[in-house]
Amino acid sequence: MSAFLRRFMRNQAAFAGLLVLLAIVAVAIAGPSLFLHAGPFELAGPPFSPPFGRYPLGTDMLGRNELAGLVYGARTSLLIGLAATLFATLLGVVTGGLAGYYGGALDHALMRVTEMFQTIPSFLFAILVVAILSPSIRTVILAIAIVSWPPMARLVRGEFRSLRNREFVQACIAMGMSDTRVILLHVLPNCVSSIIVTGSLLVATAILTESALSFLGLSDPNVMSWGFMVGAARDFLQRAWWLCAIPGVAILVTVLAINLVGDGLNDALNPRLRH
Amino acid sequence: MATSSPILDVRGLTVDLPPWADRPQAVSDVSLTLARDEILCVVGESGSGKSVMARAVMRLLPQPHLRASAGSILLDGEDVLRLSDARMRELRGRRVSMIFQEPMTALNPVKTIGAQIEEVLALHTTLRKRERVQRIVEMLAAVRLPNAAHLVDAYPHQLSGGQRQRAMIAMALILEPALVIADEPTTALDVTTQKGILALFREIQRARHIGVLFITHDFGVVADIADRVAVMQHGRVVEIGTREAVLNAPAHPYTQALIAAVPSLEPHARRIAPDAPVVLRVERLEKTYHSGGGFGRGRRVVPAVRSVDLAIRHGETLGVVGESGSGKSTLARCIVRLVDAERGAVLMSGVDLMRLSRRELRKHRRQIQTVFQDPYGSLDPRSRIGRLIAEGPIVHGVPEAEAMSRAYALLELVGLDRRSADRFPHEFSGGQRQRIGIARALALEPAVLIADEPVSALDVSVQAQVLRLLADIRDRLKLSMLFITHDLRVAAQVCDTIAVMRAGEIVEYGAVGDIFASPSHPYTRELFGAVPGRHWRHPTRAESHSPVNPT
Repeated sequence: MSAFLRRFMRNQAAFAGLLVLLAIVAVAIAGPSLFLHAGPFELAGPPFSPPFGRYPLGTDMLGRNELAGLVYGARTSLLIGLAATLFATLLGVVTGGLAGYYGGALDHALMRVTEMFQTIPSFLFAILVVAILSPSIRTVILAIAIVSWPPMARLVRGEFRSLRNREFVQACIAMGMSDTRVILLHVLPNCVSSIIVTGSLLVATAILTESALSFLGLSDPNVMSWGFMVGAARDFLQRAWWLCAIPGVAILVTVLAINLVGDGLNDALNPRLRH
Repeated sequence: MATSSPILDVRGLTVDLPPWADRPQAVSDVSLTLARDEILCVVGESGSGKSVMARAVMRLLPQPHLRASAGSILLDGEDVLRLSDARMRELRGRRVSMIFQEPMTALNPVKTIGAQIEEVLALHTTLRKRERVQRIVEMLAAVRLPNAAHLVDAYPHQLSGGQRQRAMIAMALILEPALVIADEPTTALDVTTQKGILALFREIQRARHIGVLFITHDFGVVADIADRVAVMQHGRVVEIGTREAVLNAPAHPYTQALIAAVPSLEPHARRIAPDAPVVLRVERLEKTYHSGGGFGRGRRVVPAVRSVDLAIRHGETLGVVGESGSGKSTLARCIVRLVDAERGAVLMSGVDLMRLSRRELRKHRRQIQTVFQDPYGSLDPRSRIGRLIAEGPIVHGVPEAEAMSRAYALLELVGLDRRSADRFPHEFSGGQRQRIGIARALALEPAVLIADEPVSALDVSVQAQVLRLLADIRDRLKLSMLFITHDLRVAAQVCDTIAVMRAGEIVEYGAVGDIFASPSHPYTRELFGAVPGRHWRHPTRAESHSPVNPT
């Protein structure tokens, strides 16, 4: 583990990304207790108060505290990013794993299904799913997961296929192990690092997709979100540009931090890059 | 031998390794000369620095990690280490050229053979297009490529391995260099192909008076082709001399040990009681591979195993010998049902393994265990050694504590410390990993052991140790073994019976002594005739020092 940390730390950008990400997570967890009962939708003061006044980041067009929105939005973004990624990873690993390990007709069938999902433009597909199922946290998570699992499935299929023919897996089969045992104890552990790296980048994409959906108003109306804040403030761009810029920068910084961490994980976990 | 000044004069060459390597220098203080008209073989095991030395001559050391730090390399009087890059480019191809081990990767797959050779001519000569093509066709004919005029337009993948290597040789020789460096040029080839390439090398070298620096690990090849031999160990030349001197009266202990480790071609069979019960019988086994197919393309049908019959008696070792693509590995995989054959039967103690359901098969698998070829790929990199050996018995219901104690005992049986049980595969050398692979196979107490090229990835001295271990364990545990190999020397040492395979068929099957004494099938004879160094007898084993192959 210490060797892994050392390799990760060697990538300074990744380390910086990790610090930023940890800060965002800390704010998302601890933040709401700072505002006690006041939720993000509570009217706090006069509308359009500029930042650095009574309210650190000002208020929006309805007089809601912009900082509260940002903090609650962080919760939403991270929650949806993580949940959608976990769901997509589960779906992708199961599909790709079965297809790659067993090959043949099952592989054909599963891969055709995967390709079908890939041919539909993913954002339109996500909009469609949310629109049909009516917007809520759960449907947004489901929609994002449904559009983002195919790359994971293809990756896992490739890894499983090559591992399946490696001699150590053949040796396991020849020893009389059951398929479940071979897959869970010998094949899967050998591709966990690729799954983690791809998964970490999926979180970033999921956060972007969530922001885009809520920008269009296709998100849970009872939950504050960065995309919603940008979307709601865009009509007042000339009068109060910071209302768009602040949540926009939050999205940018978060996604960038996650991408940097993902790159760092790749450097640290990818055996081909180690000495 | 050398009448004029040498074409290559290496003096005190030292190449430094990067700080994280296991030793400070790849090549330490190496001095050797090569005359204009001789073949100098540089022999050594992996990691001896022979390839690094060869690359230093071409100034092709992998940058920036390897650096020549001392000495000089005089190529026709010019010091390669001190030349400008421009001068060096002039020399490469024109004065010195290189032939690599794997022609498939050394040739560019998207360009035709002709275009690749022509590029060399276009860079270094002022010949016009038509003259260039004519020269290429002549050269391709000189390396005995059939239909040279058509081959100019062929792509590398359309040629066989031997043809590709011939094309590489043509490319290396097209500018008539004075020095050719050949880095294991026949290692990737089958023996019958290798024989032709070596003969061609000899002939062209003699006819064109070229100095050849020939890197190899194979003493058989040395015996066939060398004028002089340099033996390298840990980056140093430990012995250098004429072929006769080094091969027949080696002075340095390392050379002696290396030569003693080369398996002899004298069969080494034991007596198997003719009434010993048959433990494994294979009947009319057939397996065909279908490849390709898809839009508008026909499927290719490749018969890999064609109606193979064989039987292994209790305590017997049956060797399956053949070249690459002969189906010998597929046969092994069909027997253990890692691959499902289409027809035939695999009978073990009255049970046909081919007819078993997957669930029943799992219980029967313990009776046949496999030792795989690749010591790096056959152990799960994330599993500790002890666990890796014990897992088989655990799967078959042996309590964990008992399985682990069996694993410790097996580690000692294969000559490893029981404390290594807590370590991971990457901490072991190739030979040690192969020992671990053997321990894992034995953990299930199989009746039949299948060894699929278990020593072909190992250096010759390690190979000898692993072979001894296998033979020792087999005798002690009264194991029956199916031993797959492409190396007739290894087969001679280990096997009691031999089956020669070609294109999926067994063409000859019999006792090892009989087949080695008088091979009856033409293919078997061709195979035996192609074993490198077959006329050379070990000084340590042969009574009389018979002369080395006098061609």
